[in-house]
Amino acid sequence: MAVLLIAEHNNKELKPFTLNVINAATQIDQDTHVLLIGHNADIVAKSISEVSGVKKVIHVDSPIYENYVAENYVPVILKNAENYSHIVSAANTFGKNLMPRVAANLDTSQVSDIIKVLSADTFLRPIYAGNAFATVKINDSKKCVTIRPTSFDPAPSTGGSAEIVKGEPCEEYSLTKFIKKEEIKSDRPELGTARIVISGGRGLQSGENFKLITAVADKLNAAIGASRAAVDAGYITNDHQVGQTGKVVVPDLYIAVGISGAIQHLAGMKESKVIVAINKDGEAPIFSVADYGLEADLFEALPQFLEELNKLNTIQK
Amino acid sequence: MKILVAVKRVIDYNVQIRVKEDNSGVVTDNVKMSTNPPDDNAIEEAVKIKEAGKATEIVAITIGDDKAQETVRKALAVGADRGIHIKADGIIEPLAVSKILKAVVEKEKPDLVFMGKQAIDDDCNQTGQMLAALLNWPQATFASKIDVKDKSLEVTREVDEGLETIEVNIPAIVTCDLRLNEPRYASLPNIMKAKKKPLDQMSATDLGVDTKPRIEQIKVEEPPKRKAGIKVANVAELVNKLKNEAKVI
Repeated sequence: MAVLLIAEHNNKELKPFTLNVINAATQIDQDTHVLLIGHNADIVAKSISEVSGVKKVIHVDSPIYENYVAENYVPVILKNAENYSHIVSAANTFGKNLMPRVAANLDTSQVSDIIKVLSADTFLRPIYAGNAFATVKINDSKKCVTIRPTSFDPAPSTGGSAEIVKGEPCEEYSLTKFIKKEEIKSDRPELGTARIVISGGRGLQSGENFKLITAVADKLNAAIGASRAAVDAGYITNDHQVGQTGKVVVPDLYIAVGISGAIQHLAGMKESKVIVAINKDGEAPIFSVADYGLEADLFEALPQFLEELNKLNTIQK
Repeated sequence: MKILVAVKRVIDYNVQIRVKEDNSGVVTDNVKMSTNPPDDNAIEEAVKIKEAGKATEIVAITIGDDKAQETVRKALAVGADRGIHIKADGIIEPLAVSKILKAVVEKEKPDLVFMGKQAIDDDCNQTGQMLAALLNWPQATFASKIDVKDKSLEVTREVDEGLETIEVNIPAIVTCDLRLNEPRYASLPNIMKAKKKPLDQMSATDLGVDTKPRIEQIKVEEPPKRKAGIKVANVAELVNKLKNEAKVI
């Protein structure tokens, strides 16, 4: 049996996290097939076929798949599910929305958000916001799994030469209509994949003050993150949120500024390689996960930080 | 219009959980329990819709042991009209929960089912989507804004790239994000009144649902601990450490 992986894309390009999920899928079974559901996405089909480890691409094209609606995707997945032991996707808002609807239709229990493949039926996954790890074994014959992309390296985007076959579209689900997507465009590295992330919390006191974070991010070519408190207070938009219910990030360097370190925030960043905390409250829980803690007023520390960075001859990009 | 709201009793979000010594799970005895936070948002939204005159009845439902009733009582105290408690012990997987909810939906015939997008204990994020699948209803997950129209809802969803808006015909399932609203606190008089509101009890077996887990939980462990870090005296030292010790900039 083989693994069927549902690709995330925008009809023009593959979402980078799909590469991480492909790597995880090949650890479950070398025979990994990718299902691409979209419209006028031939270029995406071609790029998937070149990803190392992909054995086959099933490309289903119809105008009804121009935008991603789970209710439209699911019948296509079910139609193609028969010959597969596993159906997998990313554990981000794309896969989280999609996979349970697939699993329930197949009467199978889903395993969400795995961070390690122990065998074809046994996986490691975080529970309680990452404060415990559970080892779970699926006994259903068809296994629906979502994969935390940041826990796996991306598969090389070249080196593969999978065949591309055409699949048949299904009837449109008429009860759900896509209206619009407001994507926030930025020249910065994406939060989920950036090498350096600098995040601000309630300590910033206003949206205006995030410019202090922005200035450092510009210098380090970093992505900008935020705590839920900062997002809830309206300082910054939700797509920046790091945490249990936001994004999980594992950059080489994570700089938490004015963030106290609530359990739910730590869940989104504590696997980062190096963590820096800047907070004026020396007792803040964020210091318990920080490799380097600086107890200081961020309004003084951030400008100084930028100044010190400016003194360096070179900065890794 | 009638709204069914599903709520779950979980370890309070402020509690630092502890793994059991035999690695069979996490310690729940003598630990503070609360309503799963986004389920509070689900109740709040239902109450707001009723207050706006667009809903006539709110039914709160929970699944769990006897103490799970507290979670329903809390929902009744903030505005739900009546409660249902489905008695069940042990781990009830989202698939079984959605089968129970489906059986209740078929009896109660609500127009909308609300619940939190994710429970903060198992972090599965599955039940709403599974229920939508079993009923073949539309699903609006991760909702941060809901506009009730004539025969549909316009829902803003929090997605990785930003915000997405969809329209779903009623009946529909909505899973709620923490940013949907600000849940109210129950006043003491309302907590007293909630004790008199009707609360039906039944079991999963009464509804003909098999709740036996399909997934074997082999063990639960503490995550690897981070080694303790150091405090630096000033910004210059911090930059020096990052450059020359950690070598990340």
